Amino acid sequence: MSKRLFIGVFENEDDTLAAIKVSRRQGFKIVDVHAPYAIHGVEEAMGLSPSRLPWFVFAVGLLGAILKVWFEFWTTAVDWPVNVGGKPFNSLPAFVPVTFEVMVLFAALGAVLSFFIVCRLFPGKRAKLPVAGVTDHRFAVVLEQTDSTFEPAEVERLFEKLHAVHVEEQITGEAM
Amino acid sequence: MAEAVVALRPPLIEGNKSIAQVTHDVCAPMEARPTPLWWAALLASFSLLVLGAAAIGYQITVGVGTWGLNRTVGWAFDITNFVFWIGIGHAGTLISAILFLFRQRWRTSVNRAAEAMTIFAVMCAGIFPVIHTGRPWFAYWMFPYPNTRGSLWVNFRSPLVWDFFAISTYLTVSAMFWFIGLLPDLATIRDRATARWRRKLAGFLSLGWNGSYRAWQRYEVVYLMLAGLGTPLVISVHTIVSWDFATAVLPGWHATIFPPYFVAGAIFSGMAMVLTLMIIARKLMRLEEYITLRHIDRMCKLVIATSGIVGLAYGTEFFTALYSGSSYEQFVFLNRALGPLFWGYWTMVGCNVFVPQLLWFRRVRAYIPAVFVMCLLVNVGMWFERFIIIVTSLSRDFIPANWFHYAPTRIEVATLMGTFGLFFTLFLLFCRFVPVIAVAEVKGVLKYGKPRSEATHE
Repeated sequence: MSKRLFIGVFENEDDTLAAIKVSRRQGFKIVDVHAPYAIHGVEEAMGLSPSRLPWFVFAVGLLGAILKVWFEFWTTAVDWPVNVGGKPFNSLPAFVPVTFEVMVLFAALGAVLSFFIVCRLFPGKRAKLPVAGVTDHRFAVVLEQTDSTFEPAEVERLFEKLHAVHVEEQITGEAM
Repeated sequence: MAEAVVALRPPLIEGNKSIAQVTHDVCAPMEARPTPLWWAALLASFSLLVLGAAAIGYQITVGVGTWGLNRTVGWAFDITNFVFWIGIGHAGTLISAILFLFRQRWRTSVNRAAEAMTIFAVMCAGIFPVIHTGRPWFAYWMFPYPNTRGSLWVNFRSPLVWDFFAISTYLTVSAMFWFIGLLPDLATIRDRATARWRRKLAGFLSLGWNGSYRAWQRYEVVYLMLAGLGTPLVISVHTIVSWDFATAVLPGWHATIFPPYFVAGAIFSGMAMVLTLMIIARKLMRLEEYITLRHIDRMCKLVIATSGIVGLAYGTEFFTALYSGSSYEQFVFLNRALGPLFWGYWTMVGCNVFVPQLLWFRRVRAYIPAVFVMCLLVNVGMWFERFIIIVTSLSRDFIPANWFHYAPTRIEVATLMGTFGLFFTLFLLFCRFVPVIAVAEVKGVLKYGKPRSEATHE
């Protein structure tokens, strides 16, 4: 299904933030916002729900720690117990450092890999930029025409009032 | 409305830069041809690297007899260099993770280079335990994998195994943290590159990043999580390194003060190395407006703070030995200060405790040549700290009949030189091919210390 998109291009973060707030108040559907750097307050303005990544990372870290304690116990006390200086086979306190390291490793790998998967980032992916320059010095607010009450001229006027550098209309065949 | 007088903090980035200018300032030197100075530096460090590679090749072929070790001193140069390089790396994580959690926004100008330094320093450090095993082709035995020898597992009660896990986790997490931070900048390079190979390579590595806010939102979360994980990680790594010594029963090693003492020393030496590199980089790459005198000033303050902790640890160590009533402990510390290696001990105290006291003066902190020389001295002092701790405790232990002196051989010195070669070769390549300044992060702090524009409010 083709989509009709309106892209307002801005040159600073304050204008961009204002444009997002106004667009939402007017009831326009914000498809996405593109920015060269992370701007404080955009996710609240766009109404994005908070990321659930921390819970996932916590779970993966916990999983790593549990697996590692089990593995250390199994290798040193079950599979082949070796008497090292008369210490108990199940030397739990001595297992703490490696367990901690493995927990951190699992949590960090989990955070990064899940970030790549959720954002569909992978090596060699062709980047789709709404307009040129959003990785350099331009900010883009992408709106979608959802129904017939959406007035393109009104959007353009609105964005220009907020110092848009230019406003662009795009018809796309697929979701951005 | 009446004019309000607002006291603004001085800006973090000087020169009133626009967003596009930041991209240009950082990316343009990478796209230009390298300067003759860069080639000369690369040639020099690469020569050292070759020297080190030859030394390592020789000692592996001939055997561990090429080292100055003997039956009394079984750890010396390799382990000194290992601890030295690991310590260097820690300042990078301090800047990238700990200062991030403390919301120190000035870190944005230096974090990229500091993180790169961490990765390169850990790579240098990793070489030493591997060659120290004597049979490096069996280094993979440190990993607990199912094998045909039983399976005979590694001993999880051993600090050396802890160390293996700590260092490999540290290298992995630091590399991921660095790459995540680099992602938006790789996209910036891709979109402005004119050379085909650069566009292709940056396009491949930037994973299709397009500045979408749905990605930015999660990016910020991931960055925070990695900083949160990196902070205890960096402390754990040097704690575990110190346990390599503290769990032994040798006088001078067997001390509970070791973990905080080593962590502070690591950050101290690493901060001095970051300053050394930054002072060189800001001149070579013309980044004076990004790495300002205020950045140097703040890093100097971190140097003096950690120098204080290290000095306190030296004093505490001495006092504890005196107070312990153990004649062996007392002897080891007197031997360090007055024995055959007294010059090393006093080099360490002089460089690490006395010299940094000059940094209390604002004038000194603002005079870059002085800061540069002091940082080099701190690195010398911190190298000697590890050497003194390791060698004095081993060379004169409980029984005088065991006493034996240690001196490094030329092969060992060449190996150390080689790691410096590796470190600087990697750093110079990094300066050429990767943005030295975190472009996307610096853009976020441009507004600091500037009045908000009125037109932007709805």
